[in-house]
Amino acid sequence: MAKIEVQGIYKIFGPRPQQWLEAARAGMSRDELLQRSRHTLGLRDISLSIEEGSIHVIMGLSGSGKSTLIRHFNRLIEPTAGTIRVEDIDVMALSTRELERFRQQKMSMVFQRFGLFPHRSVLDNIAYGLKVQGVERKERERRAMHWLEVVGLSGYEKQYPHQLSGGMQQRVGLARALATDAEILLMDEAFSALDPLIRREMQDQLLQLQSQLNKTIVFITHDLDEALRLGNRIAILKGGELVQEGTPEEILLAPADDYVQAFLQDVNRSKVLNAAHACNKSVLSLTTRTHPAHGVELMAKQGLKFSPVLDGKRLYGVLTREAAERAVREGARDISRHVENMATVPASAGLDEVLGRLLRSSEPLAVTGTNDEFLGVLSRSKVVELIRPALLEQEQGEPPLSESAEAVGGGLTQRSAA
Amino acid sequence: MFPELIPPRALRAPIDAFVGNIVNEYADLLRAFSQPLLDLLVWMDAVLRGAPWWLVILAVSALAWLASRRLLLPLAVASMMFMLGVLGLWDASMQTLSIMVVAVALSVLVGVPMGILMASFKWLRNIMLPVLDVMQTMPSFVYLIPVVMLFNLGKVAAIIATVVYAVPPVIRLTDLGIRLVDSEVLEASRAFGANRIKQLFGVQLPLALPNIMAGINQTTMMALAMVVIASMIGVRGLGYEVLQGINRLQVGRGLLAGIGIVILAIVFDRITQALGRRYQHKES
Repeated sequence: MAKIEVQGIYKIFGPRPQQWLEAARAGMSRDELLQRSRHTLGLRDISLSIEEGSIHVIMGLSGSGKSTLIRHFNRLIEPTAGTIRVEDIDVMALSTRELERFRQQKMSMVFQRFGLFPHRSVLDNIAYGLKVQGVERKERERRAMHWLEVVGLSGYEKQYPHQLSGGMQQRVGLARALATDAEILLMDEAFSALDPLIRREMQDQLLQLQSQLNKTIVFITHDLDEALRLGNRIAILKGGELVQEGTPEEILLAPADDYVQAFLQDVNRSKVLNAAHACNKSVLSLTTRTHPAHGVELMAKQGLKFSPVLDGKRLYGVLTREAAERAVREGARDISRHVENMATVPASAGLDEVLGRLLRSSEPLAVTGTNDEFLGVLSRSKVVELIRPALLEQEQGEPPLSESAEAVGGGLTQRSAA
Repeated sequence: MFPELIPPRALRAPIDAFVGNIVNEYADLLRAFSQPLLDLLVWMDAVLRGAPWWLVILAVSALAWLASRRLLLPLAVASMMFMLGVLGLWDASMQTLSIMVVAVALSVLVGVPMGILMASFKWLRNIMLPVLDVMQTMPSFVYLIPVVMLFNLGKVAAIIATVVYAVPPVIRLTDLGIRLVDSEVLEASRAFGANRIKQLFGVQLPLALPNIMAGINQTTMMALAMVVIASMIGVRGLGYEVLQGINRLQVGRGLLAGIGIVILAIVFDRITQALGRRYQHKES
């Protein structure tokens, strides 16, 4: 279900935005508008739907309008035209008072430069949203303490923001946003001001929190690595226009234009993409109770050389066609004693690691999630497809490249021939 | 010579007539309105001059301690106040002090809200900035005369002249302080649904406080500088002593009273500065 839905958002900055709206609608370029009218086109015809419980990344370079867009969701900036809906609330129709309540309860925000109140202690900072709501002191401090612990800052409650490091300050910012229990979290370049190590740590913390809290998160960044790491979906803005929107894989594999392509250039794909991206949902899976003859029949029908065998949702092993045929000859009642161990990679393993495993052996690899849950079988052709642009870049024009790609592909043909 | 386009009299006469008219028509009304102010001044004067000297020194030292939370400042302040007594200026100092306290309090009462309004409304800023420039550069005698005509010689006229002269810094620095508040911090409070009042009292004013304190410090100093001029319209105190010294060519009398003014200035300056610094520390 869409949690936030915006449609046809236009934002023109200047003294008389309405006058130039029609021109902007008709497609007048940003530069032309600026020259003709001294108005700046902030956003042009943005329509976006953000799913409940997902992390939706909005990405773009500075000046692309991403910070402007995120401020439309809670109307810190008023659109020139367009509709904003959050669940079934028409945000544009809210009165001042209703809007204040809406901001108190529905959305909270984390800022690039933290936006902490320098004159309040860490605890009072975290409790600020509750204070605005009118929660009484004891209760709001109790709840603030809880979130202080969650972000790992116990013992710092009496300190002032300037006494903390950047990473710790942003943890306070995060705790302040979480403390109001708002279902939607707006994060405006929340980790951009932090150094890379801390940033990584904060990303991990956010993902871990998200797995427990299941908020709807709108995350703004100019860093594609971050976008790919965090985002369930990514929207790319350029000059106030939405260039592409889709899952990380869609964007990596089919960049809409040169701008997106340029973005993707510096990405280390083998690090960003992981085994889960390169995994084929298995067309066939057997259980330990399957009759051998039935197994052979199924594999033959699909033209497969092997099939994963499951125990519930967990991976039990792999049954090759030879083993199945042998079981039939031996007249076994089920396949359980003919199942071999199957090599696995965790879903979070980077493609660089996966690639190493693929090159070392030609046996099939299963991808497993948390608790050994079986996700699918690693597809060699998908790995190659995903990693290829990176290889192209690294070994520009050198002939061995195509060979190495073929070598991986060769493994695939070898196996299917075997 | 610049040609005479309009006879000067034609320009001056209407102004004279206008002021004269106001004096004739409204002087009684204005005096009635200013009566509470006069009562306040008389009361303040009676309190400070009536209180035992050690109590006043103790009170000012306590203020210094509250502002600085250190021992050095209260000690220094106490010994300087003691000096005033030693120099035989106690009574005059208390008269000056009472005028100053009221003038500064009035300036803050007028200046801070005005500064807040200026920070929020651009058009008001555009109007007020030149007005403030005029207030600061216009020689004070120019408005001293009509003020005296309206309110008579005495404390009320002196207070009004002092406030006009001393209020600009606190207005300017309140306005500046509020506009200097980090926009992201203010945005954060808006994003959490704070209304205008909560934004103002919860974020803007506390963060502007160091600047506002600097403004109050400036205002205090300027009010003190006004006491000599105020003595010319019949206010007793240190300024009056200086004036007497000049009139009678008694250099010693003038110098000692001058030192008294300097001492009061230092005392007030250090206390307000210490207060400003404490707020600054809390935040940065």
